[in-house]
Amino acid sequence: MSVDDIIIDGFVNNKVEFITTVPCKQLGGVIDAAEKHPDIYHIPSNKEDEGMGLCAGAFMGGKRSAIIMQNTAIGVTINTLVTLTQYYRMPLPMLISYRGELGEPVACQAEMAVHTKALLAQINIPTYHFHRQSDADEFDKILKYTFMCNKPVAILTDASFWGGY
Amino acid sequence: MIRSDIIKELASTIKDTLTVCNIGLPSQEMHMIDDQPSNFYMLGTMGLASSIGLGLALAQKAKVLVIDGDGSVLTNLGTLPTIANNVADNYVLLIIDNGSYGSTGDQPTYAGKLTSLTAVAKACGCENVIECKAEDTVQVVKDALAGDKMTVIVSKCESGNIKVPVITMDPVVIRDRFMKTVAAQNV
Repeated sequence: MSVDDIIIDGFVNNKVEFITTVPCKQLGGVIDAAEKHPDIYHIPSNKEDEGMGLCAGAFMGGKRSAIIMQNTAIGVTINTLVTLTQYYRMPLPMLISYRGELGEPVACQAEMAVHTKALLAQINIPTYHFHRQSDADEFDKILKYTFMCNKPVAILTDASFWGGY
Repeated sequence: MIRSDIIKELASTIKDTLTVCNIGLPSQEMHMIDDQPSNFYMLGTMGLASSIGLGLALAQKAKVLVIDGDGSVLTNLGTLPTIANNVADNYVLLIIDNGSYGSTGDQPTYAGKLTSLTAVAKACGCENVIECKAEDTVQVVKDALAGDKMTVIVSKCESGNIKVPVITMDPVVIRDRFMKTVAAQNV
């Protein structure tokens, strides 16, 4: 089973039916899999904070939601995470491609990579880092944890996890 | 007419309608004029009312009204293509366009100058866009909620504010009672 399918199956098994995405090269496969899955309503966003708004609405409408995005988005979503998702105590799994790590060919990506974990820690977001494919074994538990505690939770997935560029 | 006049006139019409209220004065005015558990008040996060409303409309069957402003739509302009391409026929977006950032002291927005949000919404692919005068807003909203077609309404009104208290209700209380209302409307 491909890692893309493992991720999407994890979402589906946890009744996540509404997924918004902002693309990243590393996420192409998982976004395709979300688009194709019959049990997922996939709604592309133009910006990640917009996506978090969509997820908040879907959650209040009774559907579990999730966002798939790049780590650069942490730089544009701090206010939304704090004043919407956290303030109203809403669960939000965030599957995040962790650009700027080992194997990264684009130097600029390292600039946000060095801030990513610090920013997430600063706003008290539980953060997991998938480096090896076997790390995805915990995905199911992470999703259950997210919906148990009603928090945004970050799952950083680096180039080694996705099998390189 | 200013925004609060529209909200006052609108209150009885939308009493039981799931209503997502934009941050700042629109939420505070709605809260003061007719607080209902069917109102979701945004206490932060400028720009996302239309996105929250769209997510809500796509996730369940009841009608959803979003009371937004021109400044907030300009902040999150990417919302209009997303709305256009994800049609929810239970979704009505009311943009009260007073050409100013009302909550921060009526600084002018570009919507009050050369930019037409009606034209922008149409260009983004929204099929059912209605521009109306402030005086006609209640009837246009009534018709839109009675219909089964996703509608974007741009209500042109004057800028200006009334004195309103801030909302001190806890956000989790706002969210909890709103979600119970949503669930009750979907049995």
